[in-house]
Amino acid sequence: MSAPVLKVENLVKRYGSLYALNGASFEIKEKELFALLGPNGAGKTTILRIIAGLTNPTSGKVYIFQKNLFKNLIWAKSQIGIVPQHINLDLELTVEENLILHGLLYKMSLSLIKKRIDELLEFADLKERKYSKIKELSGGLKRRVLIIRALMHQPKILLLDEPTAGLDPHIRRKIWSFIKNIQARGTTVLLTTHYMDEAENLADRVGFIFSGKIIDIDNPQNFINRLGNYAVDVYFFDQLKTFYFNDKNEAEKELIKYSKNYFVSLRKITLEDVFLQYVEKRL
Amino acid sequence: MKGFLAIYLREILLLKKRIFRVLLSFSINPLLYIFAFGIGLGKNISIGGKTYLEFLIPGLIAATSMFQAFAINIEINISRFYLKTFEEFQASPLSYFSYALGEILSGVTRAFLSTLIILLISFLTGVKLYLNFYFFLTIFLNAFVFASLGLTSAMIIKSHADQALITNFIITPMMFLGGTFFPTENLPSLIKPFIEILPLTITSNILRNIALNKSFDFSYLIILFFIALFSFILAFYSLKGAKD
Repeated sequence: MSAPVLKVENLVKRYGSLYALNGASFEIKEKELFALLGPNGAGKTTILRIIAGLTNPTSGKVYIFQKNLFKNLIWAKSQIGIVPQHINLDLELTVEENLILHGLLYKMSLSLIKKRIDELLEFADLKERKYSKIKELSGGLKRRVLIIRALMHQPKILLLDEPTAGLDPHIRRKIWSFIKNIQARGTTVLLTTHYMDEAENLADRVGFIFSGKIIDIDNPQNFINRLGNYAVDVYFFDQLKTFYFNDKNEAEKELIKYSKNYFVSLRKITLEDVFLQYVEKRL
Repeated sequence: MKGFLAIYLREILLLKKRIFRVLLSFSINPLLYIFAFGIGLGKNISIGGKTYLEFLIPGLIAATSMFQAFAINIEINISRFYLKTFEEFQASPLSYFSYALGEILSGVTRAFLSTLIILLISFLTGVKLYLNFYFFLTIFLNAFVFASLGLTSAMIIKSHADQALITNFIITPMMFLGGTFFPTENLPSLIKPFIEILPLTITSNILRNIALNKSFDFSYLIILFFIALFSFILAFYSLKGAKD
């Protein structure tokens, strides 16, 4: 098995008595798309910020290509591209100007900057927007510019913090397709999300994070298979309860049993069911 | 070098996009001071055989360049707390030295723009000033000091509201006591030594002496250089400490 591209070891981040991270550990393989999935405040963004060198951890280690991140910070930063949750582009500057400034920050030559801008605008279908000011773009387009800006210096690892938060469903799907294409071109991707469908559609592996700790890691389909194939939702008067089955006939029997008194539905199991099981266990 | 250029170029691009607004805002304060104090109040006043307007304008150049250089803290605050573009610099392999230098030199550029406006106003009001290399070097060092302090303050404060406190408690008093409007010789002997060592007082005195074609004490220029160096070191370390 090849060595991990990114290794996070027992990461702790404490703000006073509050633990944002409490011993988070995981590894990501080359060209893998790994999703950190968890509720708001679970510590997903803190992990990304530490890997990007924006926040110092209280303790723990991070390795990029087997090199200690904190001892090789300047080098590590050039290997990483980060797409933050908020649009931190210069709104009054054009798409091209934002990309040029990023290229200069990463010490790229002007000729390479121009070449990369043309390539990435083509890739992101933003060629006509080259001279548009950021403030004139829609939310989805701004998000795409944010992603290609992070790709300007050809990072080996791309960190995406909630890349589709607040976007319309059809825009989200476009961004998903965009991210999958980035991975297909050989970039290792670590993304955080609290959208279960996003992780299910995009990720090769998912790490569930609760209260600053990664509690389980697996392939999305394996997670689903652990619960079964079918889910029956029963809408009791005071709560919604879901029953899980491997066999469709068994699921249908349960459906008929409850359908006399309650509203019921039969569906395939999703990653959301897995997530809810973890939430229930923790409660 | 490229990293420094990215920071400087960003500020210059933003300045260029707002150039008319910026020039207008740079002109308002000096114009008000020139009309209120120079032409209105100081019409019949002369200091050391020169008109009050001739006395005032070099001091006004020192004070305005101080204000405009220090004002980079507002842009940095917006970048840090509102637009979050500061994180883009923090995530890049840019050195603290390059970032500090880029921001400070953008402050120096703002200071020179405001200086040019006052020189233009003084030309239009018929005030003749003597200008040489040391005149502009002094403005450069003064702007470098206050842009460094602007960066330092932007890194130390925790919110927009704190920024006004620093301006109200440090910059505004310095403008009124630092030789802009009256000679520091008139100050009580108890506070005079403290006031005369302030970078703005040093700058006002050097600029005034050059502008009125008098000799100036070169050692003050060296003191100003060391204050600029110290301010830069302060900005560098405050930037280093700004990481969450």
